Amino acid sequence: MRMFVGSNLERRLAAGDFAVTAEVGPPRGPDPADVKKKAGILRGVADAYNVTDNQTAVVRMSSIAASKILLQEGLEPVMQIVCRDRNRIAIQSDLLGAWALGIRNVLCLSGDHQSAGAGGKLKGHPGAKNVYDIDSIQLISVVKGLRDGAVQEGGDSISPAAPFFIGAAWTPLGPPEKFRTIRLAKKINAGANFIQTQAVYDIKRFAEAVRRAEDMGLTDRAAILPGIIVPRSAGMLKYMNANVPGIEVPEEMIRRMKNAADPKIEGIEITLELIDAVKNLSGIKGVHLQAIEAEELLPDIIRSAGLLPRPRIY
Amino acid sequence: MIFAEWKPLDELIDKLKIHRKVLLVGCATCVAECAAGGEKEVETLAPLLRMALKKQDHSIEIITATLEKQCEWEFVEQLAQQVAEVDAIMSIACGIGVQALAERFDPVVVYPGVNTSALTIREEAGLWAARCAACGDCILGETFGYCPVARCAKSLLNGPCGGTRKDGKCEVNEEVDCVWNLIVERADERGRLESLSKFKKAKDWSNSSHGGPKRVIREDLRQ
Ligand code: SF4
Ligand code: SF4
Repeated sequence: MRMFVGSNLERRLAAGDFAVTAEVGPPRGPDPADVKKKAGILRGVADAYNVTDNQTAVVRMSSIAASKILLQEGLEPVMQIVCRDRNRIAIQSDLLGAWALGIRNVLCLSGDHQSAGAGGKLKGHPGAKNVYDIDSIQLISVVKGLRDGAVQEGGDSISPAAPFFIGAAWTPLGPPEKFRTIRLAKKINAGANFIQTQAVYDIKRFAEAVRRAEDMGLTDRAAILPGIIVPRSAGMLKYMNANVPGIEVPEEMIRRMKNAADPKIEGIEITLELIDAVKNLSGIKGVHLQAIEAEELLPDIIRSAGLLPRPRIY
Repeated sequence: MIFAEWKPLDELIDKLKIHRKVLLVGCATCVAECAAGGEKEVETLAPLLRMALKKQDHSIEIITATLEKQCEWEFVEQLAQQVAEVDAIMSIACGIGVQALAERFDPVVVYPGVNTSALTIREEAGLWAARCAACGDCILGETFGYCPVARCAKSLLNGPCGGTRKDGKCEVNEEVDCVWNLIVERADERGRLESLSKFKKAKDWSNSSHGGPKRVIREDLRQ
């Protein structure tokens, strides 16, 4: 694979090491200390850290600002960009700004619809006007244009080019399943270099999906990092299985969590088994770990998985 | 058809209560189809308004009319006599009809009695659903006859987001089909799934409302 920007993540993958990414959700308020606190917990345990862009359509500190704070703290960000809130003008402007600030990895997403923010305890902004000027695959091609063509979507040139290492998401088990590999191919053809997947619990079905991608030659062209969300309780697994599109949790795993004496320990156990299982799948280049509102669990998990210390990157 | 539905009665009363005599006007076209602004709805709404106004001690007279098409000047003209008697109009046609009356009968105030919200089809009795968003660059020929601009909550053009539910519904509304699931199914039935692997580049939205208010001149029709 050609080196595009030489970010930690890109070099880690180029070296053929098993990569680790983790997620850092920006706070709902303006305090940089909140980001720094998470950075302190997670420093050194992953190669790069995803900074979400107003996930679930709840207003949070911008991914660009939080990414910059991570950089200052010595952590490499993967800045997420969703298509919900910004048109191609604003997105490209922010990409140029992000590059100027030293951000080199981006993850291109459609983004949760604005109605999602009104779930749970929060009011969100369900009355907001959405944008969706471009979709996530078009966004990938826009970022690629800024990088490889030094050209904006509209055709105007930029100087110098803005090279980013480009990421995209994959929901292999979401319906219509027969299209999901085609969609992955579209993302890779558009310019995606790495792929972070929807959370994986059903290893058997996930492995089948990866096999299909491998048969199409996709796993050689982009690095696939399966998402793993640390389970905390049987209820959480049950909820995700029923309500989060593309997440399939085997019945047996839910039962196992339910019968566990200490669900927290069991969840860590399951996470370690999942990491181990995906590590042994052909075509898999790393993991993307999430411990929602429990980041403090990640260092021990990554250590127990034998992935610490992170090897030096040359 | 253009879809509209009644505004809350309280909102209508609030507008009408300061007037003396009001003309309530319907339209026998789209809004009659969606059972919001046809003759039947005019004759249902008028007594409801009278009753509600009376209950609040407002003595306001309401007269009614329904035009064949409220968006055509020749039909709008038919209202001239009635408008002369009133000090306000409430139209339950779509926003186009409301503006036609406001333009023709200036300075008489015209209130909208409905909210116009979409271009729909009646899927079954009492159920309407969006079909078109007037995007100005129709791609139905590439999407197997299903419109992702109007029917995907994110107007995605390159396939479904990660939010399609297990039963094929959209993540945004469990009652609504994920249109990309429908597109993929139909493509598959026709053995043409591969056609959806083609990258669709960013859309040019300039021939829709995003290009500024639409204005079209057809020279061939202007002699
Ligand atoms: S593609 Fe555009 S013009 Fe065609 S049905 Fe959809 S919104 Fe309407
Ligand atoms: S679930 Fe389907 S219809 Fe709904 S936003 Fe996603 S792609 Fe569009």
